[in-house]
Amino acid sequence: MSKFVGKRIKRTEDPRLIKGLAHYVDDIRLPDTLHVAFVRSMYAHARINGVDAGEALKAPGVVAVYTGKDVAQKIGPVPCAGALPDLRVPDYRVLATDKVLFVGHPIAAVVATDRYAARDAVDLVSVDYEELPAVIDVEEAAKGRDVIHEEFGDNIAYKLTSGEGDIEAAMKSSDHVVKQRMVHQRLAPIAMEPRGVLARYFPGEEELTIWSSTQIPHLLRTQLALMIGIPENKLRVITPEVGGGFGSKLNVYAEEALLGWISIQLGKPAKWIETRRENMQATIHGRGQVGYVEIGCRNDGTITGLRYNVFADLGAYHQLLTPAIPTLTGLMLSGAYKIPAIQMNVTGVFTNKMATDAYRGAGRPEATYVVERAIDLVAAELKMDPLEVRRKNFPAASEFPFHTATGLDYDSGDYEAALNKAIERSDYQKLRAEQKKARAEGKLVGIGVSSYVEICALGPSQAMPAGGWESATVRIEPTGKVTIMTGASPHGQGQETSFAQIAADELGVDINDVTVIHGDTSIVQYGIGTFGSRATAVGGTAVLIAIQRLIEKATKIAAHMMQVEAAKVKFHEGVFSVAAAAAAAGDSSTSTAPSRTSVSIQEVALAAHVAKEIPPDTEPGLSATYFFEPKNFTFPFGTHICVVEIDKDTGETKIVRYIAVDDCGKVINPMLVDGQVHGGIVQAIGQALYEEVVYDEQGQLVTGELMDYALPKASQLPWFELDRTETPSPVNPLGVKGVGEAGTIGATPAIVNAIVDALSQYGVKHIDMPARPEMIWRIIAGG
Amino acid sequence: MKQAININVNGVARTDEVEPRLLLVHYLREVLALTGTHVGCETSICGACTVMLDGQAVKSCTMFAVQANGGNITTIEGLATNGELHAVQEGFWEQHGLQCGYCTPGMIMAGAQLLDRNADPSREEIRHGLEGNLCRCTGYQHIVEAVEYAAKRAVTGKS
Repeated sequence: MSKFVGKRIKRTEDPRLIKGLAHYVDDIRLPDTLHVAFVRSMYAHARINGVDAGEALKAPGVVAVYTGKDVAQKIGPVPCAGALPDLRVPDYRVLATDKVLFVGHPIAAVVATDRYAARDAVDLVSVDYEELPAVIDVEEAAKGRDVIHEEFGDNIAYKLTSGEGDIEAAMKSSDHVVKQRMVHQRLAPIAMEPRGVLARYFPGEEELTIWSSTQIPHLLRTQLALMIGIPENKLRVITPEVGGGFGSKLNVYAEEALLGWISIQLGKPAKWIETRRENMQATIHGRGQVGYVEIGCRNDGTITGLRYNVFADLGAYHQLLTPAIPTLTGLMLSGAYKIPAIQMNVTGVFTNKMATDAYRGAGRPEATYVVERAIDLVAAELKMDPLEVRRKNFPAASEFPFHTATGLDYDSGDYEAALNKAIERSDYQKLRAEQKKARAEGKLVGIGVSSYVEICALGPSQAMPAGGWESATVRIEPTGKVTIMTGASPHGQGQETSFAQIAADELGVDINDVTVIHGDTSIVQYGIGTFGSRATAVGGTAVLIAIQRLIEKATKIAAHMMQVEAAKVKFHEGVFSVAAAAAAAGDSSTSTAPSRTSVSIQEVALAAHVAKEIPPDTEPGLSATYFFEPKNFTFPFGTHICVVEIDKDTGETKIVRYIAVDDCGKVINPMLVDGQVHGGIVQAIGQALYEEVVYDEQGQLVTGELMDYALPKASQLPWFELDRTETPSPVNPLGVKGVGEAGTIGATPAIVNAIVDALSQYGVKHIDMPARPEMIWRIIAGG
Repeated sequence: MKQAININVNGVARTDEVEPRLLLVHYLREVLALTGTHVGCETSICGACTVMLDGQAVKSCTMFAVQANGGNITTIEGLATNGELHAVQEGFWEQHGLQCGYCTPGMIMAGAQLLDRNADPSREEIRHGLEGNLCRCTGYQHIVEAVEYAAKRAVTGKS
């Protein structure tokens, strides 16, 4: 039946991208554009006793310099949407006023006629700093010896306890309780396109257009309107091509508001393109948790309870979702298992660093890592095969919807089926036999497993800071071409194609006749955006239901055109038709014979616009809009198996095989799903083996460029062996669950479990990430 | 003090007066409006800015325009011939070698260079050949397959 859904369809967005003809923010060129460069703090923590822009203002090409004092009363604070009880929210001004709180904190904006002149003048702005002690280590920061925000008295942003079940009783009744400290290092999202903003104010119309590399055009419009003080209906946000986000562009940044405000002040377009150094310093980081896990179990491997006490390194200020991210960790601490009692105690801590926020997975990779490492710790304690501990604690497929002690209801799943498929694909028993042989030869080979569950399709509005629905408008133009406007804001996920697949099947049109428009607040109805593996499950469903409504209306018009009752009209593959018998009977209300027995949807679209041949009670035009509100999240899952070999001489880890069996519900385009899984796994490999944002004791950012921050390269990676199981989600009529974050969430513990397994002969039970060769070499050398 | 440069870009001879410190990538993007070449890191690590200079892949973010004086440059916009995609461009489309597309022009140039030097590379050789280009979306596997596809098409195209 379906010609497109479920098929490997090449992307419709690709031609412009492979020809170099796409437009990212910096590719948009407007006449008389001014360029902005920022003076940023070189200290992690300092008082500003003065900012002197005198020399900079004299420099060639410089038009203006704005400091914190100039804008403090003009532009509202950078917003935080996380609402937690007793949350302390510092006043986050777009430019620092009296203190700087992290390296890269913007102090002044220099505006010049070209980007070289602006950059030159940055060096001429003199800042009088008085250095203060930097608060860097999260556990030390929590003690509050040196305080970042004096008004709070300490560095605690919030404390929160979550979970269900009697954790104390659960631990007491356990045969074993295993404890482990775990570090989730800070990571940098590193979208290959850094952030960028172009703002253009039209003084006559009093309208401001902001092009920004963002994942959330509409939410950004609302927030910027409030910050700048411009009516929301006079502000247009456009996201042109966006070169990756991974959560880092799911935010509202100081620079976005400043550029809009500067364009209003100067009456000219203003552009700022983030340098990679700025991106490392002042675009959000991810992860940053130091936690203590306790897991209780019985002798037979049954898990009785899990407690996670964690310090979350929030950085100096809250960005949009900073305090909320660790709460997602708390939600996912049941993993793929039946755990009767779970408790998370989180302490959100201010440090003199850039804010942490949503980075691919956003709090869930931390949870999966905690649970999947803890399961392996239990296996080691009980000398059981890690697979057996997992099997023992899975809920059965018949137990769904499955309620967890973290307060969630998992929608659907068959965890054992995914595990079995991964065992089969990897030939697990053979792997173990080979490992035994390799060990006998003196090689360090390890096998790691991770059975993950993730929470996706964010989500019901009740559980979201700013609405969890998504919108779609579907319109058939007079010429029969189909236009879809989605509130989702894809930036690499390929929804121009996958949404067109849904529409082409439902409407029975050629996929090339469908255009998907997104990311322009003046064209597209309000939307939420693309993040949290939500766009297809929530936004795709909105497209589907909008189409169904459109077809209802088109059916009425088609019936009128064929002069039959609407109930007798069938719609199939783009054609409305009436069965021959019904046609012969004619329309009982008019008793006239129908002139035709079928009309195409394109003919109906033309008729709907010409409006001479439509029922009297029907609106002209042919479009439908639907805002889909999901009733629950979705819960994709899977099992990953990783085989590593460690070089004894160098301590270097090589991933020899990687098998991933993922279940993301129904699949719209298997090629795009594979791409999401590959990319996700590689970001997990980055965390496990290579990446870490490092601040030194003074709060200097040591990993300030891609020369120092190690992104995975093509030559460092194995060939991924992917497979799937398909358990439809009952939460949406497409049955899809989401896949954008699966790899990043599922893979990290599989890799670390494999490394720990390889090093088990040295008594290693746990290592912290990234598993740098030096650390491993020291273990081997010391052992 | 501006300096005159003569450069052939995508088959078009250009003479321009540029500041000696103007980076090649900014010359291409801002003077010639060839915005398909991207800047990703400014330190020659990511390869988003890769173009061909006299047949060699170079990173245009760490080279001055004046250093390319007298040279022949091919950018992503000039890779297709008579509207027909280069085999590597086609491979990227066929094999889903791109997601957000930002690294893609540089990745395609590096892939084309790789096949110029080795028409029938192994997967390992492809991975090694792309070491100077970073992609954060794809995990590289589909990029490797894209280059393999291009290598095969080039062979069948010649026969």
